[in-house]
Amino acid sequence: MTTADLATYNFAYLDEQTKRMIRRAILKAIAIPGYQVPFASREMPMPYGWGTGGVQVTAAILGPKDVLKVIDQGADDTTNAVSIRAFFQKVANVAVTTKTRAATIIQTRHRIPEEKLTSGQTLVYQVPIPEPLRFLEPRETETRKMHALEEYGLMHVKLYEDIARNGHIATTYAYPVKVEGRYVMDPSPTPKFDNPKMHMSEALQLFGAGREKRIYAVPPYTEVVSLDFEDHPFEIQTFDKPCALCGAQDVYLDEVVLDDRGGRMFVCSDTDHCEQRCASGHRGHLAHDKEAAE
Amino acid sequence: MPHDTLAFTGGFREPVFEAQSVFRTLMDCMARPGTVGSAAVAVAPPAPLCAAVGAVALTLCDNDTPVWLTPALAASALPGWLAFHAGASVTDDRQAARFAFVEKGAMLPDPGLFAQGTQEYPDRSTTLVVEIEAFTGGRPLTLTGPGIRTEEEFAPVGLPDMFVYFRAENRQNFPRGVDLILVAGDAVLCLPRTTVVRVKEA
Amino acid sequence: MYVAVKGGEAAISNAHRLLADRRRGDRSLPAIRIEQIVAQLGLAVDRVMAEASLYDRALAALAVRQARGDMIEAIFILRAYRTTLPRFGYSRPVETGAMLVERRVSATYKDLPGGQLLGPTFDYTHRLLDPSLLTDQEVEAPLEREEAGEPVMRVSDILAGEGLVEDDGSLPEGHVPGDLTREPLEFPMARDLRLQALSRGDEGFLLALGYSTQRGYARTHPFVGEVRIGEVEVELDMPELGFAVSLGRIQVTECQMIAQFKGSAKNPPQFTRGYGLVFGQSERKAMAMSLVDRALRAEEFGEDIVAPAQDEEFVISHSDNVQATGFVEHLKLPHYVDFQAELDLVRRMRRDYEAAQDKDLPEAAE
Repeated sequence: MTTADLATYNFAYLDEQTKRMIRRAILKAIAIPGYQVPFASREMPMPYGWGTGGVQVTAAILGPKDVLKVIDQGADDTTNAVSIRAFFQKVANVAVTTKTRAATIIQTRHRIPEEKLTSGQTLVYQVPIPEPLRFLEPRETETRKMHALEEYGLMHVKLYEDIARNGHIATTYAYPVKVEGRYVMDPSPTPKFDNPKMHMSEALQLFGAGREKRIYAVPPYTEVVSLDFEDHPFEIQTFDKPCALCGAQDVYLDEVVLDDRGGRMFVCSDTDHCEQRCASGHRGHLAHDKEAAE
Repeated sequence: MPHDTLAFTGGFREPVFEAQSVFRTLMDCMARPGTVGSAAVAVAPPAPLCAAVGAVALTLCDNDTPVWLTPALAASALPGWLAFHAGASVTDDRQAARFAFVEKGAMLPDPGLFAQGTQEYPDRSTTLVVEIEAFTGGRPLTLTGPGIRTEEEFAPVGLPDMFVYFRAENRQNFPRGVDLILVAGDAVLCLPRTTVVRVKEA
Repeated sequence: MYVAVKGGEAAISNAHRLLADRRRGDRSLPAIRIEQIVAQLGLAVDRVMAEASLYDRALAALAVRQARGDMIEAIFILRAYRTTLPRFGYSRPVETGAMLVERRVSATYKDLPGGQLLGPTFDYTHRLLDPSLLTDQEVEAPLEREEAGEPVMRVSDILAGEGLVEDDGSLPEGHVPGDLTREPLEFPMARDLRLQALSRGDEGFLLALGYSTQRGYARTHPFVGEVRIGEVEVELDMPELGFAVSLGRIQVTECQMIAQFKGSAKNPPQFTRGYGLVFGQSERKAMAMSLVDRALRAEEFGEDIVAPAQDEEFVISHSDNVQATGFVEHLKLPHYVDFQAELDLVRRMRRDYEAAQDKDLPEAAE
């Protein structure tokens, strides 16, 4: 057997029948916001749990005119983001960018970009466990019934137990939301800081869970409400300091350990956002050190 | 061209890219109900099906999707064309159909007769693909729901007066229900089950 | 001094280069050839074919070599290739009764038509390290006997003659066998899909589950009706021709596990069966599979579901080693965004906790 016999893959890797199957699932997902559409997820050439759902969704929607951005933890240069971006460059020869604004499709793991997305854009989330009720009830047969009956009491009980024990809801990421007043949905393990960005977003949001074989969606201009209680309203985390490099406030920050004496700094998790701000002259208190080092 | 050879011509010229382009139109239109997209692709399905509806069929249908056809389409060369180009087979069982196709001028069947999905699996419902005369010039309808910032409007020519009633019925069943792809010429407009359709008040 | 981490691309490419180096190892040794892996590490190749659900020894051996002998990695590589292959059709069920048997043992009958055939088994080898394998010593040719021409009757057919064992499993009229690599998974599953999942399931996982049934977690009183290994014909129906054509032979291992059943209102007391069928020579896997298959039929026989091996959703959801390894290993991907959120929460909770302690102290002093 020669290499030529082996390696003839279709545009964007997936065969056309698989793309059609995923495309049908995407249309149904859009038509039923927040509902998890089962799909016959394929074995991808990267491990399950590493973005195979997002990769399949991206591969099914991607065309030659698209510009793709891939981020992991908000950053374009984390190894898995680099690897997925390289995959699409190889199998689809697609144009790529790190600029949020320039992308038509953004595949993401664990973050929503800080910059407001616009109506020409599609955000594709990589989802490990799509079922928001899974940690309360491990059985798919049961959770499916709960969604069918709109029976979400268990979730409220869990959140309320948090409040009883800790005085507040102790869920910080993958914080459940209700979509268009009907389905409780897992936003993927984004920090709850990002939840408000999902609400009435101009961009289409697609969610792919490869191992769990589910696709779901939030169309643009759709109500996405984080679950809460009247006496304990949903709130996002805040940071005491701005980004040390670009001085941004009201963004999500990564904590970086500087030395072994407890030295810490906080920098933007969204690397593109940080770079854009630095380029337009914004400076944080450690920006000077960084420039000196470069 | 004789009836039986019609089936073998008029497919996608570049299946990979044309299907992707038509799908993106459908995705965008389904995500933004009321938005008009273009499905201008040079396919030639047998009459009386128009090119754009043919392109939608080739984009979404295959041997996993039984297709329901109106009597006129079922009697045309279309079943052979769908079988040859898409591998899709025709069913007369509306409940089994994943897609249903209606040509221009045909009577719009009651969407309630098609598969609505189940409460557990509301995605297992039929998608109706309907060709009409035009999206403008008829009685103005307003659209609200997910995908629409405030309100959209369109004025279809070629939909029955019952249409608003059908949609209201469909909406009652949520999350079950059928989704609708409307085609006029090369233009496409989608109405997922979530879209509320009302007659525009004068 | 902080410099944002850059250069993921270079790091990845360097890592791949180093991996290739480690895979090749000592250059003064000849590189291992695919044919050598097929010929001399045949059972590793068989396991990769079985759990990748692709019968191709050369490609499986290539995957083993590429994976540096990591079986699950090799299975993964082969599966990712399999998924891109077009489907031309579905073969007819293979007729294991007509198998060209190389090994066949039954634990239920001392002798039976076709006889007991040990075949190439480790069973009665003494597990002493064999120094002769340190060097390349001459190996004797195997003994061959004349083809007896006697059909190797299936043990289940012998029992069926007396009506003492349930029939070969059947599916409802018009049921098209499913394919879980092409359709979304849904519970409860029909037995055909369940068997497909088990057949490609992780050998170790099924072994442990099968073992658990023997130790009392859903005991089924099993007997090995028979295990047979050999070649079967694969045939494909050709509608254009009106008959089936042979595509060739494949080696499979089949296990029929006979289990007790007291009977019910619908069925008389009889033996029931658990079934195992695996590509290649893989007796452990076929036996474990048949134990788990039988345990998973609990509901069908009105048995109480009390143990993990009987729980279809649990077993099938966790039997796939490519899924399992991906999700377990994904924990090494960066999670610092979520961790930051948790860090913030724990710090906050700790402040609240300490504040509460401080408040309590003066009161205690009073």
